[in-house]
Amino acid sequence: MKIHEAEARELLARAGLPVPDADVATTAAGARAIAERLFAAGVPQVVIKAQVLVGGRGKAGGVKLAASAAEAETTAAAILALTIKDLPVRRVLVAPAATIVREIYLAALIDRTTRGVLVMASAAGGMEIEEVAAKDPAAIVREVAHPHGGLLPFQARRLGFGIGLRGELLKQFCLIATGLVKIARESDADLVEVNPLAVVPAPETPGGERLICLDAKVTLDDSALDRHPDLAAWRDADSEDPIDREAREQGISYIRLDGSIGCMVNGAGLAMTTLDLVTRAGGTPANFLDIGGGARADKVAAAMRIILADAGVKAILVNIFGGITRGDEVAKGLIEARAQQDRVVPMVVRIVGTNAAEAAVLLREGGFETATSLDEAAEKAVALAAAGGGK
Amino acid sequence: MSILVDQHTRLVVQGLTGREGGFHAGQMAAYGTKIVAGVTPGRGGEFGLDGTVPVFDTVREAVEKTNANTSCIFVPAAGAADAIAEAAASGIKTIFCITEGIPVHDMVGALAVVQQHGARLIGPNCPGATTPGVGGLGAKIGIIPASIHLPGDVGVVSRSGTLTYEAVQSMTDAGIGQSTCLGIGGDPIIGTTFRDALELFAADPATRALVLIGEIGGSAEEEAAAWAGEHLKHLPRVAFIAGRAAPEGRRMGHAGAIVSGASGRAVDKIAALEAAGFKVAGSPTELPRLLIEAGYTKR
Repeated sequence: MKIHEAEARELLARAGLPVPDADVATTAAGARAIAERLFAAGVPQVVIKAQVLVGGRGKAGGVKLAASAAEAETTAAAILALTIKDLPVRRVLVAPAATIVREIYLAALIDRTTRGVLVMASAAGGMEIEEVAAKDPAAIVREVAHPHGGLLPFQARRLGFGIGLRGELLKQFCLIATGLVKIARESDADLVEVNPLAVVPAPETPGGERLICLDAKVTLDDSALDRHPDLAAWRDADSEDPIDREAREQGISYIRLDGSIGCMVNGAGLAMTTLDLVTRAGGTPANFLDIGGGARADKVAAAMRIILADAGVKAILVNIFGGITRGDEVAKGLIEARAQQDRVVPMVVRIVGTNAAEAAVLLREGGFETATSLDEAAEKAVALAAAGGGK
Repeated sequence: MSILVDQHTRLVVQGLTGREGGFHAGQMAAYGTKIVAGVTPGRGGEFGLDGTVPVFDTVREAVEKTNANTSCIFVPAAGAADAIAEAAASGIKTIFCITEGIPVHDMVGALAVVQQHGARLIGPNCPGATTPGVGGLGAKIGIIPASIHLPGDVGVVSRSGTLTYEAVQSMTDAGIGQSTCLGIGGDPIIGTTFRDALELFAADPATRALVLIGEIGGSAEEEAAAWAGEHLKHLPRVAFIAGRAAPEGRRMGHAGAIVSGASGRAVDKIAALEAAGFKVAGSPTELPRLLIEAGYTKR
């Protein structure tokens, strides 16, 4: 689950890491009040940032500077009226505009290859890390945190020295790097990324410079949200389609695509394969849908509702290889779903494995079009969709 | 011969008294697997599997009393990583974890304990492994339906559950039997990788050909391909990669892909496998034909 910059900043602040003195507003007047407070504290300029869970908000006009409270109000009003990549902007973060000396990249993330929490740092902050990796892979330094102890002090120092830090900045960097790993572990985050980690002027400190986490991105592990009800409450309901929400609440893994053949499959690998074979047969899948293991009739009916909510669906392909899942349960669910649905879409059903014989009887009595092999099922579904005006 | 599971397996089922654990223990026993113990903290002294298998409070006790050497874990997600660590710390050397949805940070810690004790973990979120035997008997650990198997000499390794069943069924239908079928699990952090599995099969004289079933995400298929290209030149080998038609960027964050030095796309995996001498199928149903084309002959 992705969380907004404002909440990511909150996580960093709770861990005692240096973040801007920022606040969130849902109205232009609210943004003005925050700006007034910041200007009164001596801030010369503020930045107003749209809180949306997509990249590229700067280019879309979602990040703007303001030099007065009045300007902050009109700018916030304009940003709150935006829709960025289909997501309406409901909130803005108002923060002091920083004078940046230079930018660093720092992230802690779960890494498949090292099977641990990997910390990556680069002196080339501000840019996307993908870009740095492509242009100058040697510019990224890495450490794998200790599996039980987190990022150890010597590892943090190696990272800091590795990107050319010394003295006071190195000390601050070590605290921040260690802190990001601590946040990742304690909040069950897959990713805690600070970009940029900015070097800013600080006349009052030795060396005259300090580090501040200007922007942060955090992704939480969906499998661990149950034990973090406070963090789960940060889910942005606006950025979630109602159909996606129903799928999530039913324990169905659903990704909408833009084709015409709705797919219902058990198991992620088989679901992906089903999309591949539909595509190979000349069709276009309307969705990825995995009903999971051991699904009962009611879950099958819910999956059917989710598929049919997509008006682009012209045919449905059901592909079940029973193991934990029982074929007759799926067949019952399909019959139940058909009795409830108000839109009739041609369907081809393939059920093999556990209780496939019982399922076959139910499907035959129900008059369903069936298929034996996966390839045959895909071809039939493509033909049905084409007959219905899809492809 | 086979890998990981055979007639010498003495299995302890962690979570035997639960619904899933109890049901699948029955299936495993019916297929010929020797189940010697169950573990459920607080239920020590009871008997599971129709009163035939003693249940212990701790894995250590189960090992001491029954000489269990392999574990299969059906413990719910919140406690599964701890169950893995307990098995490793109690002297179990081969641990299968079937549980799905374990928090990934828990796995980082548990895997370190597994490595510290020199144990091997398969999974989590995996279907297990089957070594088919004659007459519908053999040894199986986990949840793979016994009915799809045929004894033989082709090793199968897969990241997926039901897709494995699909592939194995198509082999069995074509009269091509399996030495061992192994599901390594679909989670980001797993104990046994494709490459590890290939090394095990390479050391098994009864395995004369290999089927690898991968999917998009990460770079485990590429790493396995690189190793196989060097070390498995003598074995016919075929593969299938799921996710050719999947939209990019919907399953995995870019940062993870960067670290691995690959983007996790199907086309890259297929290219890496083909470069390493694998024949790559466009559908799981093509695997039997490709095995023959790769030089495999039925015995």
